[in-house]
Amino acid sequence: MASASTPAYNSNNLENNSSKNASRESLRMEPLVDVPQLPGEERITDKDIIYICPFNGAVKGKVSITNYRLFFKSFEVDPAMTLDVPLGVISRIEKMGGASSRGENSYGLDITCKDMRNLRFALKQEGHSRRDIFELLFRYAFPLSHSLVSPFGLPNNKWRITFVNEQYELCDTYPTVLMVPFKATDEDLRKVSAFRSRNRIPVVSWIHPVNQAVIMRCSQPLVGMSGKRNKDDERYLDTIREANGQTAKLTIYDARPNVNAVANKATGGGYEGEDAYQNAELVFLDIHNIHVMRESLKKLKDIVYPQVEETHWLSSLESTHWLEHIKLVLAGAIQVADKLSSGNSVVVHCSDGWDRTAQLTSLSMLMLDSYYRTMTGFQVLVQKEWISFGHKFSSRIGHGDKNHADADRSPIFVQFIDCVWQMTKQFPTAFEFNELFLMTILDNLYSCRFGTFLYNCESVRDSMEVKEKTVSLWSMINSENGKYINPFYTKESSRVLYPVASMRHLELWVSYYIRWNPRIRQQQQNPVEQRYMEMLALRDQYLKKLEELQISDSPHIANNSNSPASPTQLVHHVQTPL
Amino acid sequence: MLSLGSGGGKSTKPSFVSYVTLEDMKIKEKEEGLRSKHPYLLPGEVVFCSANHVLKYTQEDASQRGVYGTLLCTNFKIAFISGESASQETAPPFRNKLLSENDIPLTCVDHIYGVSDEKKKLIIGGQVKSKYPSKLIIQCKDLRVFHFSLTYAKEEEAKKIFQGIVHHSLEPKSLKCVFAFSYCETASPSQASRKSSLTLMFETKEDWSMELGRTKGNCKVSSANEDYAISEKLPQFFVVPFAVSDDDILRFLGKGIPFWCWSHHSGCALFKMACLPTIQEDGISQKYMHRMLDAVTQDQLCPVKIEDLSSCLPALQDLQLSYNKFKQLFLIDSTTEFWVSDMKWFSSLENSGWLEIIRQCLMKAVEIVDYLESAHTSVLIVEEHCSDLCCVLSSLVQIMLDPYYRTRSGFQSLIQKEWVAGGHSFLDRCNHLYQKEKEAPAPVFLLFLECVWQLLQQHAPAFQFSETYLTVLSDSINIPLFSTFLFNSQHHRDTAMKPGHPEAQRSPLNFPSVWDWSLQFDCKAQSLFTNPLYVEKPIQDKALRKTSHQKHQRQLSLPNTLSKPSPRKGFFKEETDNLKKIFLGKRISKWLNPTESSKELYESWQRKPLDYQGLLLPYLDGPAVRVWMQRYLRWVPEAQIFGGGSITTVNRVLELASEIQDLQKEVERRSCRMNSSIEWKQVYSGPPLSARLSSFPFTTTHAWSFKPAIPSSIRQGLGSVSSLADKEDDDSQGSGVL
Repeated sequence: MASASTPAYNSNNLENNSSKNASRESLRMEPLVDVPQLPGEERITDKDIIYICPFNGAVKGKVSITNYRLFFKSFEVDPAMTLDVPLGVISRIEKMGGASSRGENSYGLDITCKDMRNLRFALKQEGHSRRDIFELLFRYAFPLSHSLVSPFGLPNNKWRITFVNEQYELCDTYPTVLMVPFKATDEDLRKVSAFRSRNRIPVVSWIHPVNQAVIMRCSQPLVGMSGKRNKDDERYLDTIREANGQTAKLTIYDARPNVNAVANKATGGGYEGEDAYQNAELVFLDIHNIHVMRESLKKLKDIVYPQVEETHWLSSLESTHWLEHIKLVLAGAIQVADKLSSGNSVVVHCSDGWDRTAQLTSLSMLMLDSYYRTMTGFQVLVQKEWISFGHKFSSRIGHGDKNHADADRSPIFVQFIDCVWQMTKQFPTAFEFNELFLMTILDNLYSCRFGTFLYNCESVRDSMEVKEKTVSLWSMINSENGKYINPFYTKESSRVLYPVASMRHLELWVSYYIRWNPRIRQQQQNPVEQRYMEMLALRDQYLKKLEELQISDSPHIANNSNSPASPTQLVHHVQTPL
Repeated sequence: MLSLGSGGGKSTKPSFVSYVTLEDMKIKEKEEGLRSKHPYLLPGEVVFCSANHVLKYTQEDASQRGVYGTLLCTNFKIAFISGESASQETAPPFRNKLLSENDIPLTCVDHIYGVSDEKKKLIIGGQVKSKYPSKLIIQCKDLRVFHFSLTYAKEEEAKKIFQGIVHHSLEPKSLKCVFAFSYCETASPSQASRKSSLTLMFETKEDWSMELGRTKGNCKVSSANEDYAISEKLPQFFVVPFAVSDDDILRFLGKGIPFWCWSHHSGCALFKMACLPTIQEDGISQKYMHRMLDAVTQDQLCPVKIEDLSSCLPALQDLQLSYNKFKQLFLIDSTTEFWVSDMKWFSSLENSGWLEIIRQCLMKAVEIVDYLESAHTSVLIVEEHCSDLCCVLSSLVQIMLDPYYRTRSGFQSLIQKEWVAGGHSFLDRCNHLYQKEKEAPAPVFLLFLECVWQLLQQHAPAFQFSETYLTVLSDSINIPLFSTFLFNSQHHRDTAMKPGHPEAQRSPLNFPSVWDWSLQFDCKAQSLFTNPLYVEKPIQDKALRKTSHQKHQRQLSLPNTLSKPSPRKGFFKEETDNLKKIFLGKRISKWLNPTESSKELYESWQRKPLDYQGLLLPYLDGPAVRVWMQRYLRWVPEAQIFGGGSITTVNRVLELASEIQDLQKEVERRSCRMNSSIEWKQVYSGPPLSARLSSFPFTTTHAWSFKPAIPSSIRQGLGSVSSLADKEDDDSQGSGVL
């Protein structure tokens, strides 16, 4: 990826796809001094830096970090040297040297890339510039482990990061980095884990930036038939409640129907009893299990493929219950989001906390936090709530598995994406990504082309070296993200979205579920969006025309001082990024 | 006077508990004394009765709270005025000038329920006794629902207002009592006589000639019925084939005459006809019909297909029944009711059958389009009086085939042509006079608007007008002011507008037309009638200048002549010829199986890129036919999406459109350096996106903090879930992971 513009480096035959892109990118952008930017890419920081080129020695220049790439350009113009590294390529970042070392370039950074390279930089000691750049790179190159941390300014005096699961010794289906109450020691966590199904202890998914209320996720408590209690678990939940001073009662959302929660006692599970958890209120959200969802989607298929049910379309649709399940999931997420907004911390669980729980936490986060409605934010959301918290993609999808009737299979993730689609329909300007983006995710959920959805949890992915051996779906999407941008997107940072979880507003996602029907496919081209794009093109035409007129007319304009808006203002005004 | 009504006193149900205490009442009284409340009255409007201290429950609020005020009944409306109601400056920008938020035109009242002793009872006109209910629920034809409590009003006033409302809105009355008459006698004529110059009214010979010329129709304008000499049902002027003589028209008083509607560019045309009276001997009527058909076919030159609507579309009573069921789904009393009905939403929709009727109408229209467009066969639509479903179908066919009718003025002209001049009995069908013995009321015109809405939501860029326009038009049917919707025929209107008594020396009344939109809405509000997505006809002028008042020439939808090839997207000559061969070859078999033929039409239509100025066909698959959300859900608070809905994209389009307009203006200014001839449309700027409800512009946000709607009673619907529901998520305990 040493895509310096000198031909010698370009002939490097170790270049992979992304580096080809990058070098093309850098060539194209050559006339501009600025950093190349993809749509949706945002500049994070710029720093003067020295690149220790293994071939040419130290090169002074400027490094720019965006949420997508690291871009270096030498001050020297002849020959200019650039580096363009998507952050996804970075596998490891280390600090080298420091105050004790001697020499001018003593504060060093060593970046190990996945494409057989190391990039070394040196920074000045002043102004903690190395620390800043190290932290930024770390945060953006590894959003998975750090999305937890970055928005909330952690650790603080209420919540802390723990590495107790670094080797998956606490819980083998959780990620290595967890956020927990500050007051709970690692020993406490271990004790709690004994009382939670599959050791999935309550950990933080999201902190409300203003009122500090949290969404915690976990699995069911192991109450069992005898109604076991666990003091550590009870104290732990109370710690959570206390961490957010305003919460008098901690709300526990059990995603299951009440009867199912009771039935779970027979197999050692259960729910938080009133007696044991006096400072908590328990709400059942009535969402059915994976088997019900699987059958529901099967029924849906029966009425849309190969022919769309004609005469009794609406009642047939109703009898599949698919939209009703969507409604229940959305309704549950709305309740979680509403609770959070009013300053109360919540705990969400189902049985194991990897299906319905993931749906609820991620959907409520999507409602609460506009970051997750951006292209990158949504990737982080899926990566975090689904992939790293162990939604069993492999079992649910059955990647490469011949057993098509496996009872472990279920379209839980499809259902989640459907819920997201319903939200985009109700709030057509609130999401940065479009329908194609969601469909691409679903297509690649099955495609096995990318490592993103392979295996059931992080520990397996680590042992199978998924990160080393596969490409991420997100790199593919981000490399051509123009296709996935919603032209109507309007950034609104602090808005909470409450979709209406009523059948009156829920629709069947026709362009996904019935896309194989050519007649239906034809109908699904969105005329509004098409027209909008045409209008955008028309606007650009006018802008161009205006520019031309401006050039040819410039003396004339000088006289015309009473024009309503000066041309530059006008041009500036209309160039809103789209 | 503060005696609680029978229901209010002992009831423990929240629906009868007011949050206002007696102390509050006294304070309120003082305030009311200070602020004299005058109802806003139109010219000619008279207050019949009124009652103070009426409580109007605020619908947005589930807690059964309300606002105190005065309930009035005038000769035009039922009005509620409260001291707390919005003053002029906080009034919503999209406001009807004739009506305020809490006004219900008498003709807009659909049903009134009285609640006494917690029992909800339908009030029927003419059966009202001196007893009055403690609570009044008024359901409106535009689907608003008002809840008033009479518990705190003075007994005398309460009785009077109750009887007044029931009498004036639920009991039969004569046409002269309709408000339009007193309005027009009083209003300054200048106010009422303005006409939309672009809309053809089809009251004169010239209008018909113009329409005939525009479509190059091969027929003649007949003035046989001038001064209604032959029939009171027919307009004074109409168009018939050349071969139809005045005697033919006289023979059965206009029945059995093929009236021309529209001509296709291929030369074939659309006609409609009323059935012959059945008493005629078979031989006579057969011979007569034969002659008429010959007239249509121009002596066998052009084939004709007869569509008898009575055999293929639902009867008017079915229409009414179905719509009554359908509309009930939106008249929701409480949040609980909303969520309970949500469970069975899709099957209730299906049971009403309303969407299916819409689908059938559109399907029939497509069949007719198919004959005209693919087979170049004239179509003669036959219906008993040719003034009900006949109007629906002929109008739909023309909208699908002719882009002119998708412009606002074209659409209005179409309604004038097919409905007003076509003699649709608006008065009887809407039953504004509440006459029971009359023919069954039926929402025929609404059905037409519904079908148009389906087309509009499927092909938004093809229409110059917006969804809001259609909704407002559907509301205007129930405002008893417009000549458009008040009469059964043009003759009916003309006689009604004549001075009542010969001695009253004054000119005939001049009722406003509904197309005089400035009567209802100011310019700013009217800007919401324009669809920002509309793709105008390609403009020849390179300077992108719009020539004003350009006559709409009919665009060739499936051009088969080389005279006027569509400039952008069109058929190649060979392709067309090929198609023609296919159509000709299969014509006979197609007629045996009409749905199959439409399929071919769809296929050929879908094969080319969609031209919004060309042929437009509706999608009719189950998922494609939808509920007109804006019209039906706008008043249901539970269904509002806060800061969302399709209105948000429309808003973005509007912003972009105004930006383009600014640029256009600037380019114009610089390149021409002279006054531009572009008409600047006023662009509507409403409240910020985030403060809007999805029902914009019909309901505006209130000060209340928004709480998300959380479905209640969600379990019932899934009652019959299989045994799977009891299973564990992961059967293989412990083996799932690693």
